[in-house]
Amino acid sequence: MRIACPLCGERDSREFSYKGHALALERPAEDAGVAAWDDYLHNRDNPAGLTQELWFHDMGCASWLVAERNTVTHEFGAVRLAEDVKGAKP
Amino acid sequence: MRFSALKILKEGLTGNKGWTPHWRDPAPKPAYDAIIIGGGGHGLSTAYYLAKNHGMTNIAVLEKGYIGSGNIGRNTTIVRANYSLEGNSQFYSHSLKLWEGLEQDLNYNAMMSQRGIINLFHSDGQRDAAAKRANMMISQGDDAILLDKTSVRALLPNLNHDNIRFPIYGGLYHKRGGTARHDAVAWGFARGADQRGVDLIQNCEVTGIDIENGVVQGVQTTRGAIRAKKVGMVVAGRSSQVAAMAGMRLPIESHILQAFVSEGLKPCIDHVVTFGMGHMYMSQSDKGGLVFGGDLDFYASYAQRGNLPTAEHVMEAAMCLLPQIGKAKVLRSWGGIMDMTPDGSFIIDKTHIEGFFVNAGWCYGGFKAVPASGYCMAHLMATGQPHEVAKHHRLDRFETGRGLMDEEHRGSQHNLH
Ligand SMILES: Cc1cc2nc3c(=O)[nH]c(=O)nc-3n(C[C@H](O)[C@H](O)[C@H](O)COP(=O)(O)OP(=O)(O)OC[C@H]3O[C@@H](n4cnc5c(N)ncnc54)[C@H](O)[C@@H]3O)c2cc1C
Ligand SMILES: [Zn+2]
Repeated sequence: MRIACPLCGERDSREFSYKGHALALERPAEDAGVAAWDDYLHNRDNPAGLTQELWFHDMGCASWLVAERNTVTHEFGAVRLAEDVKGAKP
Repeated sequence: MRFSALKILKEGLTGNKGWTPHWRDPAPKPAYDAIIIGGGGHGLSTAYYLAKNHGMTNIAVLEKGYIGSGNIGRNTTIVRANYSLEGNSQFYSHSLKLWEGLEQDLNYNAMMSQRGIINLFHSDGQRDAAAKRANMMISQGDDAILLDKTSVRALLPNLNHDNIRFPIYGGLYHKRGGTARHDAVAWGFARGADQRGVDLIQNCEVTGIDIENGVVQGVQTTRGAIRAKKVGMVVAGRSSQVAAMAGMRLPIESHILQAFVSEGLKPCIDHVVTFGMGHMYMSQSDKGGLVFGGDLDFYASYAQRGNLPTAEHVMEAAMCLLPQIGKAKVLRSWGGIMDMTPDGSFIIDKTHIEGFFVNAGWCYGGFKAVPASGYCMAHLMATGQPHEVAKHHRLDRFETGRGLMDEEHRGSQHNLH
């Protein structure tokens, strides 16, 4: 797999580490309650197909990225800087 | 048909014409007392023990592909009881005991080979950890021996013992551990279940789960609707998809694990050996191929094939431990979908839906669990109560934080195991 970092260009996936579903951008409020936190920390949609995930370019520019990827074919779609994705949220 | 040495001799002399299919190929009935979704190792053993231990024979196993097409036919076949946490300890100990009587019980040659497992250690710290683990294994009633350098050298003469960076300090020897032929385990349980009247229905994908007022009514499949008051989902890597049909989200992420087999070689490794520096383990099959593997690829995947970085890491580790492997060609490599939980341990439990049971989260260690998993799942489905050795493996342990079984002490979080 090769990942197109918006800052560094297309790089070998070995330069990145994986943090799972891009759910971390939807962190519940501190007082959201046990169920919301359990869901956030543990439960996953775990789709077979397109998903959004967090990758960290630790051996490159050290950016957090939100990448679209197909879990069945390993094909990547759009890769964006996490700060842009987060900033764009209402 | 019963297998025996006499029967093999007779068939050998008469052109092997008398063998019959090991199980029937029935069409699904409109209703059963219980349905098992998934004809992998765990689904088949659940069906077998439901019939054998609980007299439930009006049941069906629904498999979307063919028997043995999932992880049960894709693993590296290691069987062991060297877990150490309350819950896992009793469960895997029970499973190993079932393995020891399995072939006689099933009247099927599963090629169970208790050749012993040696976990190598390469530092004082790792020796301490091995000693602790060995003590835990002994206190749970299983076997463990701490080997020093010289003993490891005598048992495994072909390894690179004096590697400058990773010298071998010793090993944790679990003599009753070993390997079994994975396909034969599936076939043996399938045949045993079929003989007791269980319908094994292949090419039958479950596409929906019928629930009314919180009570399960049956399933929708590619071969029509089938009714049942009890439904158990035992689908390993596909757990999230099937649970979603029941409106549930599980604490599971599916990951890819790869394995490799070399060309056939003369005997060079008698045991299962694990390298303590870098994740790699190896055994030699009866055909002579070195069967080896390593860690997950560490990204979510349903591809049943992995990528080169992990393959390269595994090869490097193999070269480091057994330099002569560099002369051998890798014949095959493949991957399987692992249902990973946050704490790395499995789930066998009821759900909030009456009659709907979950067996999932086997991570990369579910082969050794096949007998006990079915034993406990059958007990739960038949009696409504968890079996004593699986009562800790609850679905709600992540929410409550009570009874987590994090064997690797890395924290109960996805992507750490
Ligand atoms: C490379 C590799 C090495 C491994 N090595 C070891 C090892 O050395 N020791 C060890 O203990 N474990 C090992 N494992 C883990 C072990 O193989 C698995 O944990 C275990 O096989 C999973 O349980 P199962 O046999 O029931 O799964 P599977 O055989 O995958 O069974 C699940 C079945 O469910 C079916 N299914 C899915 N969805 C549906 C549906 N909607 N309808 C109907 N059927 C459905 C699938 O087709 C499949 O046949 C390894 C795994 C891999 C991939
Ligand atoms: Zn970058």
